[in-house]
Amino acid sequence: MPLMKDTMLASRRYRKRSQLAEIWHRLKKNKGAVLGLAIIALLAITALSIDFVLDYDTQVISQNIKERLQHPSVKHLMGTDDLGRDIFFRLLYGARFSLSVGIVAVAIALLVGTTLGAFAGYYGGVVGEVIMRSTDIFAAVPNLLMAIVIVTAMGANTLNLMIAVGVTSVPQFVRITRAAVLTVRSQEYVEASRAIGRSEPAIIFSHILPNCLSPIIVVVTLRIASAIIAASSLSFLGLGVPAPAPEWGSMLSAGRRFLRGYSYITMFPGLAIMITVLAFNMVGDGLRDALDPKLKR
Amino acid sequence: MYRYIINRLLMMIPVIIGVSFLIFFIMDLAPGDIISIMAVDATEEQTEELRHQYGYDRSVFYRYSLYMKGLVKGDLGTSIMTGTPVWEMYKERLPATMKLALGAMVVAMLISIPLGILSAVRSGSIWDNAGMVLALLGLSMPNFWLGLLLIIGFSLGLGWFPSGGDTGFMSIILPAITIGTGHTAIMTRTTRSSMIDVIHQDYLRTARAKGVSEKNVIRKHAFKNALIPIITIVGTQFSVGLGGAVLTETVFAWPGVGRLIIDSVNQRDVPTVTGSIIMTTMLISVVLLLIDLMYAYVDPRIKAQYLRKGKG
Repeated sequence: MPLMKDTMLASRRYRKRSQLAEIWHRLKKNKGAVLGLAIIALLAITALSIDFVLDYDTQVISQNIKERLQHPSVKHLMGTDDLGRDIFFRLLYGARFSLSVGIVAVAIALLVGTTLGAFAGYYGGVVGEVIMRSTDIFAAVPNLLMAIVIVTAMGANTLNLMIAVGVTSVPQFVRITRAAVLTVRSQEYVEASRAIGRSEPAIIFSHILPNCLSPIIVVVTLRIASAIIAASSLSFLGLGVPAPAPEWGSMLSAGRRFLRGYSYITMFPGLAIMITVLAFNMVGDGLRDALDPKLKR
Repeated sequence: MYRYIINRLLMMIPVIIGVSFLIFFIMDLAPGDIISIMAVDATEEQTEELRHQYGYDRSVFYRYSLYMKGLVKGDLGTSIMTGTPVWEMYKERLPATMKLALGAMVVAMLISIPLGILSAVRSGSIWDNAGMVLALLGLSMPNFWLGLLLIIGFSLGLGWFPSGGDTGFMSIILPAITIGTGHTAIMTRTTRSSMIDVIHQDYLRTARAKGVSEKNVIRKHAFKNALIPIITIVGTQFSVGLGGAVLTETVFAWPGVGRLIIDSVNQRDVPTVTGSIIMTTMLISVVLLLIDLMYAYVDPRIKAQYLRKGKG
């Protein structure tokens, strides 16, 4: 018996790796996805290591009126803002906010959404109906309005921003997981698992969800992209990461007062948001093609 | 058919109730209740009186029931800030938002449908690649940033358009492009993939074999059959626009519903926020229903289905 379990595990591990390798092989051929991955890696490294390079208090948030509103130059690569802060340094630091808010928000949505979606798809019936109708209600309110309302109620700070953006992403995860579970549920291996008496949650988490992964992975990547836009939108409206933190959306908003003559203040943060979002979108598109070759154009 | 419409309208009721409760409940958590705003100079006794009148001495469910009683009679509540009925304020702002949503849709359709068709017909060509890259860029660009760029370039720079406000035809162009770009990205992709699905069908080969010109094959045979997903996405995107393009309206100081909501949020004007969001949700549901009904006119097969359902 232990021997059999070992071989089963071994073969499963083997198959998993080869499948991953296959997906990676296909993803590698997509130039956009590779470029996107490279950008994300670069941003992640920046976000993680920036503390070793820059001093937050003196180089990122401290005001220096003598150097205010300086156009891009060798000394200040992207110029300085109205408080004399170096925009390039602030942008580098800001990568941390955008990435962490995007990723944490989607992680929240993933956790809540897939669990609810899996239960709705697996059990159906009253539970499923209640979950799906509640999802409909959530989804009926436009995402940004929903996020605005949540942040208003809970107060504008980074954690609440993550929660608000995360909550608005939940419906999509519920729906896609439920749809995937519905197709997997009737497969034979699920029936087999039930026949040997495994508990229902165990079946859901060890058999059903892993087999629903591909659409979920794609949605995760694309959702991070939209979460980053949503988070910077809220910050732009003054409902996100509070000042003086160098969040890209709020930097952009601060530049609004200096559009005439100092447009670089709005130019660079917007570019940073766009490149980051673009990277996630390219990886998401690439993953979709790689995970499901049938969909490839 | 009518039965189907009525069913759909009835199905909206639980959603509206759910949405109103959700928004009401969340906004109720917001710090600073109505009383503390209204009763700035009031004595303690008067404050108590007010708290009682508005149900603040009881649970949120009680306050919600008060609100719903009004809502059923068509009363969306009264704005704390201006003292005018929320419905009046909403009604006043709606035309501007509608105008902008339509303008954005016109921009998006003019670009995305030809581009999507071209990308599909010349799949793999430089047109296709360029179209898809543009769509990806449009999708990745935060629209408040695009709006600011347009202001910098065309309003402050060239002076062709006003930089804000609703002052006639010229003033709508930049905000419409701003919102339309996001729509364009999504609609180009949908048009392309829908056309590609259709383009390899047998009936197109048949049409060509009959000697129908290529232009007509694409226009009459392929495009018509690819319409359903395109209509769907046009409808969803349009309804998103009706939600009040909060960001674009902020950037262009556009006097629409989005501005109303964000201004009320900033002033903690709970009734206005709640009322406007409920109205917006209702409007979106109605638009989505209309889109659904439009399918029937585009596709006789769907019409037949509705008719059958209606009888049953």
